[in-house]
Amino acid sequence: MTNFRALTRRRAAAYNFVPTIVLQNAIVSQPSVESPSAASIATLTNQALKELDAVSNPDGAEQWRVSYLGRRGQITGVLRSIPQLEPEQRREVGAQANQAKNALEEALARRIRELSEAKLAAAGALDVTLPGRPVITGRLHPTTQIVREICAAFIAMGFSVVEGPEVELDHYNFEMLNIPSGHPARDMWNSLWVDYVNEEGQQPMLLRTHTSPMQARVMEAQDPPVRVIVPGKCYRYEATDATHEWHFYQVEGLAVAEGITFANLKGTLYEFARRVFGPDRQIRFRCDYFPFVEPGVDMSISNFVDPATGKRPINRDEDWIEIMGAGMVHPRVLEGVGYDPQRYTGFAFGMGPERIGMLKYGIDDIRHFYRNDVRFLRQF
Amino acid sequence: MLIPFSWLSEYVDITLPPDELAHRLTMGGIEVGDVITRGGWDGCVVGYVRATRPHPNADTLTLCQVDPGDGPPLEVVCGAPNVAAGQKICFARPGVTLLNMHTGRREELKPARIRGIVSEGMICSEAELEISDEHEGIIVLPDDAVVGTALDDVLGDTFLELELTPNRGDCLSMLGVAREIGAITSQQVRVPEISYAESATPVSELAKVSIADPDLCLRYTASVITGITIGPSPHWLQDRLTRAGLRPINNVVDVTNYVMLEFNQPLHAFDLDTVTDRHVVVRRATDGEKFTTLDEVERTLNSDNLLIADPAQAIGIGGVMGGANSEITPATKNMLLESATFHNLNNRRTSTELNLRTEASLRFEKGLRPELAPIALRRATRLILETAGGEAAAGIIDVFPAGDEPVTPVPLTVARLRQLLGMDLDIARAESVLGSLGITTRRTSPDSLEADPPYWRSDIAIEEDLIEEVVRIIGYDEVPTTMLSSPIPYHQGNAMTALKDQMRDALAAAGMQETISYPLVGPDDLEKLNRAGHQPKSLLRVANPMSAEQDVLRPTLAASILNTLAYNQGHNDGGFRLFELGRAFIPQDSGLPPNLSPSSLLPPSSLPPSPLPMEQELVAGVMSGPRYDANWLSGSDSLDFFDLTGTLTTSLDRIGITALYQSADGPLFHPGRCASIAVAGPQPVDVGAVGELHPDIREAFNLGADPVIYFELRLHDLLAATQGDGSTENRFQSLSRFPAANRDLALVVPENVPASQVQCLIERVRLVEQAELFDVYSGENVPEGARSLAFRIRFRASDRTLTNEDVNRALNGLTRVLEREAGATIRG
Repeated sequence: MTNFRALTRRRAAAYNFVPTIVLQNAIVSQPSVESPSAASIATLTNQALKELDAVSNPDGAEQWRVSYLGRRGQITGVLRSIPQLEPEQRREVGAQANQAKNALEEALARRIRELSEAKLAAAGALDVTLPGRPVITGRLHPTTQIVREICAAFIAMGFSVVEGPEVELDHYNFEMLNIPSGHPARDMWNSLWVDYVNEEGQQPMLLRTHTSPMQARVMEAQDPPVRVIVPGKCYRYEATDATHEWHFYQVEGLAVAEGITFANLKGTLYEFARRVFGPDRQIRFRCDYFPFVEPGVDMSISNFVDPATGKRPINRDEDWIEIMGAGMVHPRVLEGVGYDPQRYTGFAFGMGPERIGMLKYGIDDIRHFYRNDVRFLRQF
Repeated sequence: MLIPFSWLSEYVDITLPPDELAHRLTMGGIEVGDVITRGGWDGCVVGYVRATRPHPNADTLTLCQVDPGDGPPLEVVCGAPNVAAGQKICFARPGVTLLNMHTGRREELKPARIRGIVSEGMICSEAELEISDEHEGIIVLPDDAVVGTALDDVLGDTFLELELTPNRGDCLSMLGVAREIGAITSQQVRVPEISYAESATPVSELAKVSIADPDLCLRYTASVITGITIGPSPHWLQDRLTRAGLRPINNVVDVTNYVMLEFNQPLHAFDLDTVTDRHVVVRRATDGEKFTTLDEVERTLNSDNLLIADPAQAIGIGGVMGGANSEITPATKNMLLESATFHNLNNRRTSTELNLRTEASLRFEKGLRPELAPIALRRATRLILETAGGEAAAGIIDVFPAGDEPVTPVPLTVARLRQLLGMDLDIARAESVLGSLGITTRRTSPDSLEADPPYWRSDIAIEEDLIEEVVRIIGYDEVPTTMLSSPIPYHQGNAMTALKDQMRDALAAAGMQETISYPLVGPDDLEKLNRAGHQPKSLLRVANPMSAEQDVLRPTLAASILNTLAYNQGHNDGGFRLFELGRAFIPQDSGLPPNLSPSSLLPPSSLPPSPLPMEQELVAGVMSGPRYDANWLSGSDSLDFFDLTGTLTTSLDRIGITALYQSADGPLFHPGRCASIAVAGPQPVDVGAVGELHPDIREAFNLGADPVIYFELRLHDLLAATQGDGSTENRFQSLSRFPAANRDLALVVPENVPASQVQCLIERVRLVEQAELFDVYSGENVPEGARSLAFRIRFRASDRTLTNEDVNRALNGLTRVLEREAGATIRG
């Protein structure tokens, strides 16, 4: 049916000037009794547009179309009457009538679209401000995220990640790191010892106090060059407060090869700090002591001022915050694993991810990390 | 360690502002924790108490006539019991700002009427001047203090509070710090005079020393002073000790302390007349030997403790504390002064065992050089002669068993400097820096030198030590900053580390929140899990736990994560989906499975046989509470078993593992609501368990009323399973160009047939691409003892479009198989 109608309309247009049709049209179409003029076309157009505005549904639109643009419609009638005009009027009135026809057709199309949109809108408008359907996502613990970020910085510099045992032998945790039994430097690492006594009456196992024992383990297992980082948990016999935890993570690093220098240590750690803290923080290297390095280094970073509050969230009185111990691997450590310290040199470093996280995010109490309150965990 | 500038400046000029000096020291490895300034008492002066009389209206108050030095005497009310006429005191006149002891704030001092009499100022105690908390008595200044002098000039001082690293014991002394400052500011230090006048009597006639155990006592030097008079030290000596934080005792003991703070060498004075035969014997204690130290505590010793003794009895614990039986008393006339070098580790062991850390042991344990002993001995002898009089015997006793061995010089080459630092430093520069530290060097070639370790430093033994000395004084800033240029070692990634990261990501993506908890749990925690008497065979404990709630290395993650859940339920609303990756510790005597030795973390060859426990990598998790926070779209059902298995299936699928669940039992779980988890494959490998927590355990952990679903996966097993057949390695499967045909099939299956078995049977049939269970029903129209399972089955061929006949044939085959293998019938 629709197809048929469309076809007839096209034909009607093609045979616009067939006289019989004109005649029929002239009879039915009352307004065409008068000869069309520019003024009458304008009036007709205005009237049509006004009516179209009042149309409120598809049926009305169709009626309107028939009335103005249909085979017997008024605009059609005007067009048909044009050949009868004086030749000098024909061109002007003809052009105007065609314009009017096009305008009305466009208006109709627009009106039909408006009506259908209005119908969709009326059918099911949403309160778009209602909360969306919940989707559950999880997050990684902030320590995991920081450890990953630290590792990523070093991986980009050719380091690879290794892990080691959390229950360690005194041998690796201390002896191989140039910290003999009874040495006062052991005070730097108060230890939790495992309740196990060997045949010699010694207590050889402890919860590792740092991830540094992996220095010796890695070097024992491979020849130079070595470039590793060791993330993992560490433990110290230490009272907890806002800046101390007995259970914490450490990321240890070790690079040993021919030709590695103190300058490389500075370059590597500087690059790390820039990646993790951005280019605006200042870095400071100063002399420090760890028995397994010589010279020993402390790396500090300029304290952080929260731009929102203008205050330092942690260590308010300090301009510099220590974030890392480091140094050139002590020749005795290299000798201990069978490396020739005259040929190979290297550097080692160790840092606490929690401390770095505290600096990075302005966390004021380290105890948040392992209390696992989801209100804390979900912030990261 | 507190370093007063007033004392320090005797050895070196302080040419930098205190903060700048503190910074430079810190950069060079002597960390200054704080710079403390004492003073700023504008308007306070030295006053003189001309006369006193009792306050007419108060028994405890005194009226003092104070001469302020620049005007007529003033009347001042003083409440201190120790005020007396003739004293030089700290006088604050009205208008001065001082700490008000009553308000705790700094306030302007105003003339005040006290019990009817106007006080025209105040005589200060240490508290008002913020020197200490002492406010009972006023400060009495030495008699030579000049009346009218600004108090800042008399009592004011600046202190460095040092936070020393264990290698720099030398900076537990004024001279040690002075040498650092000398190096920083290019000055030589002024070493104090140590010579003294000796009597004609050789020391050997007055006393004798023998070292029975030269391994523990490397050197023992002593002087003898006769005819001394014990009394209080002169003011300057008391003042310096007090400023450095020590309490003055008497002139002899004060000198030993003074020289210890000056040179870092602890000394001890014995009353020579109490020493049997005037013979000092340095020997090991016998096991069980009892000895009463100066602090009047009787201590039981063992043969690792070193004693200073005489032939009859012990008179001191070497390098730790002297004995009450030989101490200097007011009656002492003749004394033996000891300056010895003890074995540092043995000394530390003794003081640790006895829980007796003293100023002496603090220094000995860090290692003192034997060369220091006679120097400090002479210095102290000189000062004792000055302060206590008497005569020093000629010469000193010096027992030094290894004294003949020359001290090995330490070499330093330009080549090594360059190799280690990555910068060019010429030998002259190194020489000059070492010289500024007082270290003697000699050129051994145009590009090398050797240095004698100085007698005050015990931390310079190898070339790298010298390099550190050079670079720390030059400043680390001067070292260039360069990137590594050595070859990058080949790295084969660690599969376990990778798996852990994948697992974390997958679980977080599936909605689980990661937690990290302490690996130490308490007996209570394990007891709560121990519902069915499943105590682990053996546990690893901490010998020195910090608390009884944290003394066991956890054998499972269950207690940790359940405690985390309980904590959060107590603090937050809502449902919880938590997981943790961590290690459980299983002692070797519990029989480690072969793939779970500690060496799984490392190349096997690298570990010597050791007692280390197995560290089992686990991932555990819980779900409990409402599935969603209150919302208008979804219901508020509780999370259940299938929430967790769905999460696990998705997470494991994400890392390329197909999980299989089979009904199982476990002591943690609700009967009938527990499954084992296996990795699908030709031989499914069991990797863990999941289930609803047994209500008893849920209650034991205080976990609320909602079901708690728990899982634990053993990552070593998971890794072994996936590496076995490479199933985690993703392989592309080509996409069929041909359409699929779907059929829904409702089956009536005996209740005891698991759904997974039916699904497996369906998916094994040719042309079946996938089967999805979309309905489970029992009740009306389904026979008792059976249930209806409805599957949507997708058929597809890779080489053609399936016809109806193809699908029907496949369905018929499927039906026969299901009937035969599972007793299933098509539901009509």
